[in-house]
Parts: sequence; structure tokens; C-alpha cells
Amino acid sequence: MENLNSYLIVSAILFSIGTIGVLTRKNAIVIFMCIELMLNAVNLTFVALSRHLGNLDGQIFVFFVMTVAAAEAAVGLALMIAFYNNKESIDVEDINIMKW
Amino acid sequence: METLFFLIITLVAIVSALLVVTCKNPINSALALVMTFFCLATYYVMLDAPFMAAVQVMVYAGAIMVLIVFTIMLLNIRVDATKRHSHKVVLGSIIGFFTLVNTAFIIMRSRVAMPNGPLTGEMIRQQGHTELIGREMFTTFLLPFEITSILLLVAIIGAVILAKKKL
Repeated sequence: MENLNSYLIVSAILFSIGTIGVLTRKNAIVIFMCIELMLNAVNLTFVALSRHLGNLDGQIFVFFVMTVAAAEAAVGLALMIAFYNNKESIDVEDINIMKW
Repeated sequence: METLFFLIITLVAIVSALLVVTCKNPINSALALVMTFFCLATYYVMLDAPFMAAVQVMVYAGAIMVLIVFTIMLLNIRVDATKRHSHKVVLGSIIGFFTLVNTAFIIMRSRVAMPNGPLTGEMIRQQGHTELIGREMFTTFLLPFEITSILLLVAIIGAVILAKKKL
């Protein structure tokens, strides 16, 4: 088994890449995928710490995070389809109808 | 040997994560994301969590990514080469970099508690990871597990209603 810190660093790098993607991309689906990437980075932290501490609770939590991600995927993609039907685009810059 | 393997997997994971962010075409991003998910499944195997690796491949790389790829193909978005596909790159990169520095600083400076739980590698190999997870989930975490089903029901109803032509 590798050192715990190396897993945590990998997780931090993946999370930061996901953050950059969420902040810089225009396509809503790509932003969505970057959010999935961030969730996965957190999952890696959970599993690594769970294995290190010898406690299964972290891995149960990963299971719940996966459930939330699946629910989010279903609802989020339905929202994107509804938005595309209205605007013929899924750029986040076109989502401005409630902008003041 | 294992360190070398870890480094290779890390390299693949980080490069494919960067591809997710930088690719112009959403389909390429999705395929790179599948690659990242497989790398994470490999990490789970290395961390003695084979059930988590299986769920990672089936739920994430299977179900969720198929949903995303379906949506991309359903919407049939044209990749316009003249249009910019990202905005505020410098600002976003700076914020992401500071996130990385911050988390790395915390990881390097903090001390993790010593192992105190009952779980050992020997126990996982003897009883099986799936059995341990199942035992824990259906005894200690039974109520959260049941609430999960309500969450999924809400997601199903929400998706069906949102995707209808007329609300």
C-alpha cells in the first residue's frame, strides 16, 4: 500500500483540475462532467482515509456520494434538455433570463 | 514495483483529467472522464476496496457516463471552431491553483490520526470486502440506506417531469 499522503495529493490535484473546468468552461455538459470529477476526487479521499484508519464508514459514505451523483446526473441532464428545447444552446452564457 | 505502478496510474489520471477540461468536443471530454474513472477504480483496488472499484466502474463509468454521452448525442451540439469554448481562463486557473496550494499545504502540515478501527488487510481478505460493506450498510447505516431510495425516487420523477415537452 502506498503512502496515504500520495493518495490525498492526487485527490487534491484532481479536485483542482475539476475546479478549473467548472470555472472556465462554457458548455454546461462539460461543467457537469467537471463536477463529477470533483466528486470522484472527494471519493478517493474518503476511501484512502477509510483504509488508513481501518474504519468502513468512509466507504459507506462513498456509496451515498455515488447515489447523489446518479440522482444529480438524471435531474441535471433533464434540465439541460429542457433548456436546449427553449434556447437551442447549452452555453452557460445564454442562461441569463433571470439575470438582473 | 507498486510505486512505479502508482506513478503511472497517477500520470494517466491527471492527463485524462486535464483532457476533460481542455478538449473542445464534449464527446472527447466524456471519454477522457471515463479514463479518469478507471484510474480511480485502480486506486480503489490498490486500497483494498474491490467492491468500491466494481461500483465505480459500473455506476460511474457505466451508468452515469452513458447518460451523459446519450445527452450529448441527443442534443447534437455542433462544435463551432470559431467560437471560444472557455472563458475567464486566467482567473479560473489562478483560483484552481490556489485551491491546489491550499489543500496541499493542509495535507502536508496536518497529522492524520493513527489507525484505530477494527479493519485490517487480513480481515478484508478473509471475510471479503463486499460482505463487510453489506453488513455495515444493513445494520448501522440502515436508515440512510432507506432514505437513499427516496432520493432516487425524487430524481426519477424530477427527470421525467423536466424532460416532458409541456410542463
